[in-house]
Amino acid sequence: MSPVLRMRNLSKQFVKDDKGIVALRDFDLDVAEGGFVSVLGRSGCGKSTVLNLLAGLIPPTSGDVFYREQPISRPRVEVGYLTQSDTLMPWRDVRRNIEMPMELKKVPARERRERAAELIERVGLGGFERHYPRELSGGMRRRVGLARMLAGDPETLLMDEPFGALDAQLRAELQKELLRLWQGSGQTVVFVTHDIEEALLLGDRVVVLGRLGRVVLDEAIDLPRPRDPDEMRVDTRFVALHRRLTDALREGAR
Amino acid sequence: MSADVKEVEDAPQVVPIERSFWGRYGARISVWAARVVLVAVVLLVWQWAADRWFDVIFTSRPSEIWDRLVEWQQDGILWSNTWVTIQEIIYGFAVGAAAGVLSGFVLASATLLYRVLDPFVMALYSIPKVALAPLFIVWFGIGMHMKVLLAAATVFFLVFLNTVAGVREVDRGLIDAVRLMGGGRWHVTLKVVLPASMTGVLTGLKVAIPYALIGAVIGELVASNRGLGYLINDAAAQFDTAGVFATLVVLSVIAAVLNLLVGLLDRRLSRWKPLEARR
Repeated sequence: MSPVLRMRNLSKQFVKDDKGIVALRDFDLDVAEGGFVSVLGRSGCGKSTVLNLLAGLIPPTSGDVFYREQPISRPRVEVGYLTQSDTLMPWRDVRRNIEMPMELKKVPARERRERAAELIERVGLGGFERHYPRELSGGMRRRVGLARMLAGDPETLLMDEPFGALDAQLRAELQKELLRLWQGSGQTVVFVTHDIEEALLLGDRVVVLGRLGRVVLDEAIDLPRPRDPDEMRVDTRFVALHRRLTDALREGAR
Repeated sequence: MSADVKEVEDAPQVVPIERSFWGRYGARISVWAARVVLVAVVLLVWQWAADRWFDVIFTSRPSEIWDRLVEWQQDGILWSNTWVTIQEIIYGFAVGAAAGVLSGFVLASATLLYRVLDPFVMALYSIPKVALAPLFIVWFGIGMHMKVLLAAATVFFLVFLNTVAGVREVDRGLIDAVRLMGGGRWHVTLKVVLPASMTGVLTGLKVAIPYALIGAVIGELVASNRGLGYLINDAAAQFDTAGVFATLVVLSVIAAVLNLLVGLLDRRLSRWKPLEARR
């Protein structure tokens, strides 16, 4: 079966003054349908650039990105992207933020409202429908962002360190939530993180990136699900994988 | 169990706050009482000292000012002239604000054009608007048009510059968010640029309101045969200080009403601002 996402010889450089700053060089990656791929790397290794290219937000300097064999030149509605920073509309309350992707798809108002209510319950924000983003905590805003992305019914999810700024407990809760939503949905997930444990707990494949997006390690993770964080920490296979990823990250820094 | 935990931490916690009448309104009542006392004291001292410490020809006195207002009211001078000035303010504000918002949106979207025009706009903005009055008299005569346009010229730049700033400061991330939802240019404009720039637009409108008054009155002071500026000039020419002060009282009342409008706009502005910033 052909991959959902395919990147070939991908390079990206940004222009600053008279210099080109290379963010990504000759990058290749295939993502299979229905898979959960964790992309692991230190900050500044081009992880976010990869996602922006996959989302079609920025054009590559050279090389190609394909979505189901079609070149990506602009954002597609089948692909949902949860960016690192909050991009909720501050003038819309929670419900209207979540309704927004449906609004653009011209879903009738009643249907929109029902679906939004259902999503709000699913991410555990019942009672906050009429709150504005600034009245919510960081974790709640993340959940609204997640619900908004899901409201667009994407078949592929791109997530850029979505839980990076949250406290450990909330992060664990949202990770569990994400897995629950993903399992059985048939969706493909590309999850970018700098946290080794997170990459291992979530992904069924971990790709470790070094500088300029060099793939240092591409490893299938066959740990059984559900993966309980507390049990995993003492699981010998988990510990061995953790060690390998740590080494790979260290090597990638060179 | 997890469901319980969720409910406790996620439901908004609303607690009734018990406050006595004084606890709730006390500060506001004291402030207003102090204001009233202050005005009363100033008026009394003024009235009492007018012939003792100062020459009443220069300072007039509150009772005379009041008499002048009553007299003008009976002659019909007061309202007819005030109405002229109010009209100039309203028309001037409307014309200037509409032109400012429209050209602000257009120019902010046309980046290259904006960069070309920017220094010229700033130069025009920096001209004191009084300096335009003689030119406007040549062009439009000394009737109402000239005052309306003088007020509009002042309002225009304030609204224009704030609108441009509002449009240009729209968060790139929000625009990308709409693009990711499959939105095109039109959606970006309608769902992001317009609401996001509202803060700038409203700030511009807010700042410009008092300037509409200033523009109109300056126009009247330079050349006119009607309006509050004309009343001031006329009274001063006859050494009628009571008349000058009476007009200033009317102007302050108009200014106070305009500031009330600004206050309402401010409340609208902060509707989606964080809770703690509101009072």
